[in-house]
Amino acid sequence: MPFSAQPPASGERYALSASLDNARHLSSLLRAVHFQDHATCLATASGLRVTVEDAKCIQANAFIQAEIFQEFSVQEESVMFRISLSVLLDCLTIFGTSSLPGTSTALRMCYRGYGYPLMLFLEEGGVVTVCKINTQEPDELLDFDFCSTKVVNKIILQSEGLREAFAELDMTSEVLQITMSPDKPYFRLSTFGNAGSAHLDYPRDSDLMEAFHCNQTQTNRYKVSLLKPSTKALALSCKVSIRTDAQGFLSLQYMIRNEDGQICFVEYYCCPDENITEAEL
Amino acid sequence: LSRIGDELYLEPTESGLSLRAVNSSRSAFASFLFAPLFFQLYEPGSSGPDTELFRCKVHMKSFLGIFRSLPSLEKSVGKCLILLKPRASRLVLQLHCKYGVTKTHNLAFQECERLQAVFDTQRCASRLCAPARVLTEAVVHFPPTLAEVTLGTGPGGKISLRNYVEEEAGESCRVRGPPPRLVVPSSPPPTPFPPPEPSKTMVTELWLAEDEFQSVAVAPGSHITFCFKEFRGLLSFAEASNLPLTIHFDEPGRPVIFTLDDTVLEVHLVLATLSDLQSNSQSPSTNGVSHLPAPSDDFPDDLESYMAAMETSEGGSEGPPSPTFPLRTPRPAESEPEEEEEEEEEEGAVPGTPPHKKFRSLFFGSVMTPGRPGLATTQEVLAEDSDGES
Repeated sequence: MPFSAQPPASGERYALSASLDNARHLSSLLRAVHFQDHATCLATASGLRVTVEDAKCIQANAFIQAEIFQEFSVQEESVMFRISLSVLLDCLTIFGTSSLPGTSTALRMCYRGYGYPLMLFLEEGGVVTVCKINTQEPDELLDFDFCSTKVVNKIILQSEGLREAFAELDMTSEVLQITMSPDKPYFRLSTFGNAGSAHLDYPRDSDLMEAFHCNQTQTNRYKVSLLKPSTKALALSCKVSIRTDAQGFLSLQYMIRNEDGQICFVEYYCCPDENITEAEL
Repeated sequence: LSRIGDELYLEPTESGLSLRAVNSSRSAFASFLFAPLFFQLYEPGSSGPDTELFRCKVHMKSFLGIFRSLPSLEKSVGKCLILLKPRASRLVLQLHCKYGVTKTHNLAFQECERLQAVFDTQRCASRLCAPARVLTEAVVHFPPTLAEVTLGTGPGGKISLRNYVEEEAGESCRVRGPPPRLVVPSSPPPTPFPPPEPSKTMVTELWLAEDEFQSVAVAPGSHITFCFKEFRGLLSFAEASNLPLTIHFDEPGRPVIFTLDDTVLEVHLVLATLSDLQSNSQSPSTNGVSHLPAPSDDFPDDLESYMAAMETSEGGSEGPPSPTFPLRTPRPAESEPEEEEEEEEEEGAVPGTPPHKKFRSLFFGSVMTPGRPGLATTQEVLAEDSDGES
């Protein structure tokens, strides 16, 4: 039940104002991109996008469409600010992270505009918490310029098949090598760690493979440390699409179903690792 | 096997694949021999008159990392292919999983000498056989950190298990652990550890009746003390595979051999045992004082004298505290401090273990690493001379 205490004074216009019956719809998605302390939030009429970047090589975006919210209104064309994602998550989960069935935290979010803090009103079981989080100038974000026309190889896999692989990635390997090919091994994940090399092969006719569109054999390497955080998004998702373009940029798109069955997306973009050394295949 | 050593030795033989491990002080050795029938396919490769079958060793952790999560392995892996590729210097493990997914691991290996302990169950005076469950339930009474346990035989075929307490240690239980992690000074400490106060040392003794065992053929009044951790490792395996465990032992100081037998699997665990020494016959420099009162029937009455004995035998504990086990082997007093420090320099060596080298050769007829003294007369090194058998 969305709380009703401390409503914004009538007549005041908020650049962004939103209500959500179950804050977990937002917090679980944000956790899936929480590998840096700060994030850039962009609110438009279609919804909220939260972006996290690292090392100018990797970018993760969490999308929560306007339809997920009970109320979502953006006054200007778009509203953008930088905020501490760690603090935001702590506030959203202030009543605890365990999800008991039947209980949920209701959220109301208000942002007056440039220079103002983000206000959160959270309520659970009649208890209300008010949070004010300072906002900063938004960072300039990377544009991976990844559009469908530039995609060379694309596969869609059921997440179940990848979860264990990512959770058990050999962290002593500096890179994760991804091979996509119309021929064998079709789709291969490789690591080169202290113990030796490891390869995980998914055949194109596997039951896990929902779509297989590989036109060219490509082998690219990405820093494991950058991709490892995507494991969280993978854990939440039911399907993942893996795409590469001609430069070897990687796009991972995760389809996530929330508790109410609504669909949200998280995507990760990653640059290929420039320090290529001879691969052991 | 990982409870014993950091390296896994793989030796394909005509009679099956043998997986072995030895600990750094060479006081524990285990081998698991999987008969060809255990596998769907077993090809040990060809060996000519001059060449032996190829064998190698890999890092235990690397190997175990492949089989990390047993429940998920059981759910998702159909079969496992193991290939030894000497020319590529790789041990290949390929897991064929659900959904057509294949996981291939290429492990680097090292060539190695044949690892084989010298032991003979026929030469053991005593033998016990028990279902693993009986022993598992018995050891539950001992703390998992217990270093050594004493197995003894009493009147009426009763078998006892008791935690072994060190005399000059500051604590009664010390985890042996991987050798380099022990925190000991590199030179003998100026003051020895204070002796434990008897009131603070808990002794637990457990008696099992003969009928709990499947077979009992023991020399009465005998006892042996061996490392608990390695024993428990084997016991968990025995319990999980529901196999009875046979214990072959002899006099203190002679190795104890644990075996498990199955149609397709043969397991041996060989552990060195403490030898039984009278404390006064040892010079103080031997911190391997191990005056162990023979477990008697009237143990409760002897408890006092046992405690008294512990107090008097504190001696001078010279040198770093014994990392329990290997130090206790019988040897003439030759704990040269130089030798102790030298031992520490060795990678994986247990610090401060002068008897290390001799103990190492307890089992092994063949030389493990070049440069080590190879001892042919292993049994003699086991200093029968140094005690008065009580």
